[in-house]
Amino acid sequence: MPIHIIDRRLNPGGKSLENRQRFLRRAKSLVQGAVKKTSQERDIKDVLEGGEVTIPLDGMHEPRFRREGGTRDMVLPGNKKFIEGDYLQRSGQGSAKDSGPGEGDSEDAFRFVLSRDEFVDLFLDDLELPDLAKRKIAQTESEGIQRAGYTTSGSPANISVSRTVKLALARRIALKRPRKEEIEELEAAIAACTDEDEREELLAQLEKLKAKTKRVPFIDPLDIRYRRFETVPRPVAQAVMFCLMDVSGSMSEHMKDLAKRFYMLLYVFLKRRYKHVEIVFIRHTDRAEEVDEQTFFYGPASGGTLVSSALQAMHEIVRERFNPADWNIYAAQASDGDNSYSDGELTGLLLTDKILPVCQFFAYLEVGESGGSAFDLSDSSLWTLYERLRNSGAPLSMRKVSERSEIFPVFHDLFQRRETAQEKTAP
Amino acid sequence: MTERLFEGADWDFHTLQRITDACEEVALKDLGLDVYPNQIEVITAEQMLDAYSSVGMPLFYKHWSFGKHFAFHEASYRKGLMGLAYEIVINSSPCISYLMEENTATMQTLVIAHAAFGHNHFFKNNYLFKQWTDADGILDYLDFAKTYVMQCEERHGRVEVERTLDAAHALMSHGIDRYPGKKKLDLRAEEKRAGRRRQHEEEVFNDLWRTVPKGAAKSRTALSIERRRKLLGLPQENLLYFLEKSAPRLAPWQRELLRIVRHIAQYFYPQSQTKVMNEGTATYVHYRIMTKLHEQGRITDGNFLEFLGSHTNVVFQPEFDDPRFSGFNPYALGFAVMQDIERIVTKPEDEDREWFPDIAGKGDVMGVLRDVWANYRDESFIAQFLSPKLMRHFRMFHLHDDPEERAGIRVDAIHDERGFRRVRRELARQHDVGFIDANIEVVDVDLSGDRRLILHHHVIKGSQLNETDAKRVLQHLADLWTYDVALIEVDANDKVVREYVVSPRPIPAAVA
Repeated sequence: MPIHIIDRRLNPGGKSLENRQRFLRRAKSLVQGAVKKTSQERDIKDVLEGGEVTIPLDGMHEPRFRREGGTRDMVLPGNKKFIEGDYLQRSGQGSAKDSGPGEGDSEDAFRFVLSRDEFVDLFLDDLELPDLAKRKIAQTESEGIQRAGYTTSGSPANISVSRTVKLALARRIALKRPRKEEIEELEAAIAACTDEDEREELLAQLEKLKAKTKRVPFIDPLDIRYRRFETVPRPVAQAVMFCLMDVSGSMSEHMKDLAKRFYMLLYVFLKRRYKHVEIVFIRHTDRAEEVDEQTFFYGPASGGTLVSSALQAMHEIVRERFNPADWNIYAAQASDGDNSYSDGELTGLLLTDKILPVCQFFAYLEVGESGGSAFDLSDSSLWTLYERLRNSGAPLSMRKVSERSEIFPVFHDLFQRRETAQEKTAP
Repeated sequence: MTERLFEGADWDFHTLQRITDACEEVALKDLGLDVYPNQIEVITAEQMLDAYSSVGMPLFYKHWSFGKHFAFHEASYRKGLMGLAYEIVINSSPCISYLMEENTATMQTLVIAHAAFGHNHFFKNNYLFKQWTDADGILDYLDFAKTYVMQCEERHGRVEVERTLDAAHALMSHGIDRYPGKKKLDLRAEEKRAGRRRQHEEEVFNDLWRTVPKGAAKSRTALSIERRRKLLGLPQENLLYFLEKSAPRLAPWQRELLRIVRHIAQYFYPQSQTKVMNEGTATYVHYRIMTKLHEQGRITDGNFLEFLGSHTNVVFQPEFDDPRFSGFNPYALGFAVMQDIERIVTKPEDEDREWFPDIAGKGDVMGVLRDVWANYRDESFIAQFLSPKLMRHFRMFHLHDDPEERAGIRVDAIHDERGFRRVRRELARQHDVGFIDANIEVVDVDLSGDRRLILHHHVIKGSQLNETDAKRVLQHLADLWTYDVALIEVDANDKVVREYVVSPRPIPAAVA
């Protein structure tokens, strides 16, 4: 009998992938809830690492007709001391478990592992970038051209000389085209020849060579190759994220930490939508400077507070480096809300005239001390200013945060998918 | 003859070939087994998990519940809560055995002997498998099912298909024919019968009959209950079959989906009835083959000890008060009974002669065992062949737990002269699917009224249905039936214990 032994180990894996996706789709709301809960407990750096989640299995239960209760008979092994007619107490060991077997309790809470991609997908699933209209235009407008091999037809401007000559050379060798030297040699031999007969013969040879030279041309239309090009749509797949932060003395470590978490979420979110995301850190006191991340979050600085300086710096950087036609620009400003009174006018003007028109999104995050009692008092000067701007129609998003756990809900709230444009501008 | 099959733990595909050849020689010549052609496939742990999630089959239609099982198995495997099987074997022709790549050479030998010869022989010869499964066709059928479900999803939408399959899965355990139905005549026999009937009519033809006045045609309401039930083929315990044939508003593709689920349930039906026998057979066969290979010197003493280690783990039966206890281990019970049969056939004692006059001292071990393997299922196997010696060996006892009984759980019988037969009968009953599954059947449809479907659950020993689950399953049933469904639980005296009535959900609600 022939026996087939087959090595299946190299078969493509992931046979259950589709079933898994169906399962996740079905359990989506449950898993999403679990993902959000898990992510709150995690460090922001690990938020996107995937990992284990637990969902209640109630919604995923597969019901069957099951019997329970009633009188039961069972045969068990390992009798040590019982004799017929003994009675066993119901509770405790020896009396069989009362719940009965096969209740399926083990499935009540269901733990399983999500991959990184699955986790991020669910994490950011119902979020959407604002100002979609502009983004769409940006995505389809530019078309790039890309080399794509050679072709036998095309415009003369696209002839690839090197490729054509290479093919011609190969053809000449293959068809044995006489070389120039050969003919010259023969002509010299004829010139030097004295014997009539031999001369006749050489002449005939020369004729033959020349005829062959004619038959096998140096370059044949067959050899000609053109460079081929393809057009490819090239979406504007790059975004720049401006992080603006007040680093004056009134910003505590806790506030900076809140801001950092928000920036990181924004970064992760942008990273999923755009191939390339740049980050610009601008910190300001009474003057603004562009710094690296380390300095941004941890570098010491002190001074007064002029928000307009940061906006001015951002405006300049945009003008120099990030053409709004090529870049999607996002900005998030974090501050404790202090601003010098005289600066309000200038800040408002800069924001409405220079910054907002080029931004896809501008968020203002007002961070407060843990406990957040300050917020119960009057609004800060910056908040009042921005609120006035927003009420007059500027597309600003603003939120107050004082606890670490509020960051994600606030972020989620800002980017939640919305139905109408009005809602979008006035969250 | 004394050439070793392998040294150490490593193996390659030549080793596998040699091992299989050696096992085959022993299996066919010494044990006289009759097997389907073998196909042995080496797979990875991930592929094993894949197979777990689709009930072991190499291909299956797509459904979220398989994804759920996969996620569950994967999580517990990664945490180390669960080991993976060494092999999976499929009742098909050729018989496909999946071997894990991590197995050592000894384990591969064990597994090949176990699956490719033990299970294989059982699949090919046991009457239940012969009666209910088509080993040649199953893989083709699954392929068809997979494609069909996919096409349905394209045409009718994934949500709709999922809804139907969910409902069908909930009813899967009640989509089985338990008795072979009336055999359908093939076309030729049908023709023959029609011919005979015509001939008979011609022979007794008398034109006078034409003039006999006919009574008034029966009105529809006159159709008696009996006749209506007969038309619908009631009572019917195969709920999926009933819905497929009689549900008034199902689309043809939905009927086909029900049919697919029903066929697959039917395919697995013999396996649930023969766990003890199937594993017992395979364990007995691997034990014999491995011992023989060792005797022949083809396996070193070291490898044989490794084998004995795994074998002992497989047939380990914890006692009832052991924390590891979770019922009878089918490997242990099946293997023990088969070894016991071997003992009875070769070296019977007086007790055995009294209990097993047919086989005691008969001498031909393999002949007796092959007959047992072919003609019994777990319930009849235990009822017939569990010997007093074995009951004493396992120290079996029978508990009777009546919730009404204040004093506690009664020890009804133990492994003594008075108890042997009762213990054995109860253990056999524990392995009878007829007692394990709820006995539910369609009894009537209110055709003249609101088309309510009426089901009965015959309560045995006061054991009723779990309420939440029953409601959910009935919801699925009502969705398929599209009219109200009533389930009545009746006890042995036809007294109604509990009644459920469920109305179908409107379809849009189910889509969400």
